[in-house]
Amino acid sequence: MINFQYARAADVADAVRQIAADPKAKFIAGGTNLIDLMKEEVERPSRLIDISRLPLDNVEETSGGGVRIGALVPNSDLAHHPLIAQRYPILASAILAGASAQLRNMASTGGNLLQRTRCYYFYDIATPCNKREPGTGCSAVNGVNRMHAILGTSETCIATHPSDMCVALAALEAKVLVAGPGGQRTIAFADFHRLPGDTPHRDTNLEANEIVTAIELPARGFAKNYTYLKIRDRLSYAFALVSVAAALELDGQAIKEARLALGGVAHKPWRDVNAEASLRGQAANRDSFARAAEALLHGAKGYAHNTFKIDLARRAIVRALAQASQGTPQSQSSKKIR
Amino acid sequence: MNAYIGTSTSRIDGRAKVTGAAKYAGEFNIDGLVYGAVVESTIAKGRIKHIDASEALRVRGVLDVLTHQNRPRMADASAAYKDDVAPEEGSPFRPLYDDKIMFSFQPIALVLAEEWETARFAASLVRVEYETAAFTTDLQAQRNSAFVVEKPESHRGNADKAFAAAAVRHEAEYFIPIEHHNAMEPFAATAIWDGGGKLTIYNKTQGVQNVQRYLCSVFNMKPDDLRVRSPFTGGAFGSGLRPQYETVLAVLGAVKLRRPVRLALTRRQVYTVGYRPATIEHVAIGAKPDGTLDAIVHEAIAVTSQHEDFSRNDTAWSGQLYKSPTARYEHRLARVDLPTPCDMRAPGAATGVYALECAMDELAVALKLDPVDLRLRCYSDRDQHTNRPYTSKQLRECYRQGAQAFGWSKRRAAPRSMRDGTELVGWGMASGVWEALQMETAARITLTANGHAEVASAVSDIGTGTYTIMAQVAADLLGLPLDNVTIKLGDSTLPLGQVEGGSWTAASVSHAIAKTAGEIRKELLRLAQAVPDSPLANATVDGVALVDGRIVHKRAPDRAVSIADAMRQGKVDRIEREGTVQFEDDDSHARNTHSAIFAEVKIDEELGVIRVTRVVNAVAAGRILNTKTASSQIMGGVVWGIGMALHEETLLDHRFGRFMNPNIAEYHMPVNADVYDIKVIFVDEPDTRINPMGIKGVGEIGIVGTAAAIANAIYHATGKRVRDLPITLDKLR
Ligand SMILES: Cc1cc2nc3c(=O)[nH]c(=O)nc-3n(C[C@H](O)[C@H](O)[C@H](O)COP(=O)(O)OP(=O)(O)OC[C@H]3O[C@@H](n4cnc5c(N)ncnc54)[C@H](O)[C@@H]3O)c2cc1C
Ligand code: SF4
Repeated sequence: MINFQYARAADVADAVRQIAADPKAKFIAGGTNLIDLMKEEVERPSRLIDISRLPLDNVEETSGGGVRIGALVPNSDLAHHPLIAQRYPILASAILAGASAQLRNMASTGGNLLQRTRCYYFYDIATPCNKREPGTGCSAVNGVNRMHAILGTSETCIATHPSDMCVALAALEAKVLVAGPGGQRTIAFADFHRLPGDTPHRDTNLEANEIVTAIELPARGFAKNYTYLKIRDRLSYAFALVSVAAALELDGQAIKEARLALGGVAHKPWRDVNAEASLRGQAANRDSFARAAEALLHGAKGYAHNTFKIDLARRAIVRALAQASQGTPQSQSSKKIR
Repeated sequence: MNAYIGTSTSRIDGRAKVTGAAKYAGEFNIDGLVYGAVVESTIAKGRIKHIDASEALRVRGVLDVLTHQNRPRMADASAAYKDDVAPEEGSPFRPLYDDKIMFSFQPIALVLAEEWETARFAASLVRVEYETAAFTTDLQAQRNSAFVVEKPESHRGNADKAFAAAAVRHEAEYFIPIEHHNAMEPFAATAIWDGGGKLTIYNKTQGVQNVQRYLCSVFNMKPDDLRVRSPFTGGAFGSGLRPQYETVLAVLGAVKLRRPVRLALTRRQVYTVGYRPATIEHVAIGAKPDGTLDAIVHEAIAVTSQHEDFSRNDTAWSGQLYKSPTARYEHRLARVDLPTPCDMRAPGAATGVYALECAMDELAVALKLDPVDLRLRCYSDRDQHTNRPYTSKQLRECYRQGAQAFGWSKRRAAPRSMRDGTELVGWGMASGVWEALQMETAARITLTANGHAEVASAVSDIGTGTYTIMAQVAADLLGLPLDNVTIKLGDSTLPLGQVEGGSWTAASVSHAIAKTAGEIRKELLRLAQAVPDSPLANATVDGVALVDGRIVHKRAPDRAVSIADAMRQGKVDRIEREGTVQFEDDDSHARNTHSAIFAEVKIDEELGVIRVTRVVNAVAAGRILNTKTASSQIMGGVVWGIGMALHEETLLDHRFGRFMNPNIAEYHMPVNADVYDIKVIFVDEPDTRINPMGIKGVGEIGIVGTAAAIANAIYHATGKRVRDLPITLDKLR
């Protein structure tokens, strides 16, 4: 770990001012990801701007019938907030599928969005990695890549975005509210995280001098027919091999609206609107689910150790849609798959 | 009288541990403490061309940067670095010795600073130029150049011929990857000058006297000038048997600066001190249709470093456990450019018996026999190597009680024949075997007239409960309440204690205490007989016992003298005795612990998610001193077996020769959610031959066979045999 300056931001404007003044500064919220990366010298910020005490910790209803979540709401509080637990249970469930209780207590909403990949090479500064050091090469493409992406990869990077929460946010069509030197702007969730392309060092479309202030959820919460199904290498406290957020609105057996997003498979939470479209108007059954899975995984590509993810994702999608359609969402405490 | 031995007594150090009063090696504070940080090699092999510490030295608060070029003097001879547990063949790793790089993450410089943060920051500023050399870390690539090490046991008959001719044969290769101990406490050492040129080193270790001898040899110091203490150890599981490099570096720093120095390794650095070697196990078993065996062949290839030959008995268990007229074993080592492997809970058996017990399961399938039935058909009451009887062997009873508690009789034989909704259900079992060892050990007991005893021995308590069982044994043999007994251990100045390993500490130290308590009793009787009109006038030492603070005639309990009276009359306020127990080399009987493990798995048929929903482990391990701490040992072993079966694997990238997941976020071991119902049964196993108290030790038997029982259950559930550990869900496709 290298030495760094520490300063507390007085308010959002001050935070933006401070980050704009020092291109090597970093915001710190819960610190659960940033501090680890600093210990490994993957992140070497000159200065930490502590935003953890900014008053961005409210969960409130918006005039449009949705909910606004402050960027500093802890993951635990968010999962157990009545508005979320009742109206957006898919989000609560996805959060509870991630990390551990202790980490969720510290982790913030904004930090969760901006957490970085768990690619082993990204963490090991003795190895080449395009994301950490652009132009050095990707060690994972021909290396240990069992955890890596199968969708939207490029030859320069095959890392995944590790968040569970973001998979549910993608399915819910959340919006990200950010503030920068030029004022506020809103980014659609689908446009927030990026694919690696030839700029894998950029995880998101947030500018270096911007801060996430809130997440906004639209009114539609899919509280009746939803699930978050996470498949991992142990029954808790492991990042997803594949996870599926599935949400449906049903009219009897017919699917009126469908949302489908995957975690653990791409550089961003992977939502597929074509797969969703293929479900609309169909009967909710294994055939239509399988077709949606086919559509979503069309073009998936495996590497030496992770090809299994393609078939696993297919099965997980079918199962998740079945859970959602039957109104039997996956429990995050009982580990038996419903 | 046994008020405590055999009971469920809570750990006497439990309160200190949960309140933080128990101090670990990296927690001893002293004014002027200097903090160390290690710079590690980023290449796997080669030499250091140049180290530039100038930038690091410019940081305020940095006191020095030690490298092979400027460190204080250490012994040159490789033999000086051989500790009690070092492999016979090879040269131990010598930290900061010269410019050679032998493995990635090797310590190559030690930064010393006034603050830990400063040391760590300065470590990031040390610039190193390397000359790289070709290397390998891949067991599969090296298997053909593996060399044979001394046979673990002699062969019998012509096993290859008998196998070829057998009516029913099973032959397969099993694989166990590199695994790490991941004890909660990282390695740490605090070296403190006591004045007068004497050093005390607080160290995380399983053997204070081993570390003391080693450091005295490396630094040419007198035993009286160097004391090693390790009052508490936050788990070690074999990784703390050998002195590790942090202790050498802490002493180097203390010698160089003449100041106290603390060095605590990071989690990643802990991954370089040792590991369970990756092992390929080849097992071939030939049988008659009735389930009696004709031949067993077990060959293993394990990794070792370039500089030391670390090997353990993986294969000979196979020929010992089951009745077979022929058997052949072979252990080979493949050299890789990694640190030397080290012992890890039940070394050799955890891996070798995994392979054997999966192979037996596969043979049972081929023979269409129930797996328990097969094991009973080739059951042996004699150690097959030398045809000796056992001091005791209640494995048959383990099978019976384990099967009954598990409900094994309801098992349907065919794979995929049991299910629970969307889950396939599998029931598997395995046997376990480990040695019952005992080592020369000493204890000192100091009894004071107020009825308090201090018991001291240089053994360790690595979290197993040694403090507690020592207190129980002493309390019973001295006739005192448990609270009146104080235990001192983990200090090299105390009477002889061996490294805590091999599950031998309980038996060894208990007998050292018993012997010394006998000396105390003798002295008390002498004093009691000097009391006027002593009711014990004609009693003999063996005819009296110490009970409830009194010296009591065993056959006439009303004839007694209180300890306090005896000591007062004799005008002594303390009695101190030290005794050493040696165990006779009696080769007439084999000494082992055994177990039978039954496991249930439930596997989601569509997704392959595996849950180990029930484990019953029935153990025969002689007399159980403390049912609570012993159960915890077995439970811990079972949890580890779950990890071994399903989760644990240290990933290597052979292009870099580096561990890829050296932290406990990415190296998976079971978490609470992975552990369901574990039932531990101790089968009654009286044993008057092994040692007077009939103690065998339970530290390791709990893991042996557990991974096999789970692997066998997974086969039973799915019909798919996975022989490469860990069994992750992708391997079920
Ligand atoms: C062992 C372990 C296991 C985990 N398992 C899981 C899991 O299974 N699933 C899962 O989803 N997550 C998991 N996590 C990740 C965890 O969810 C994240 O670390 C956490 O959400 C990050 O939040 P934070 O507030 O601590 O972020 P910090 O560490 O404080 O910051 C992370 C990054 O976000 C930036 N940042 C923070 N807030 C803002 C803001 N408002 N605006 C702009 N930038 C900001 C920081 O500058 C930094 O770059 C795990 C983490 C660990 C350590
Ligand atoms: S996958 Fe991405 S993060 Fe991993 S090594 Fe390649 S470039 Fe780096």
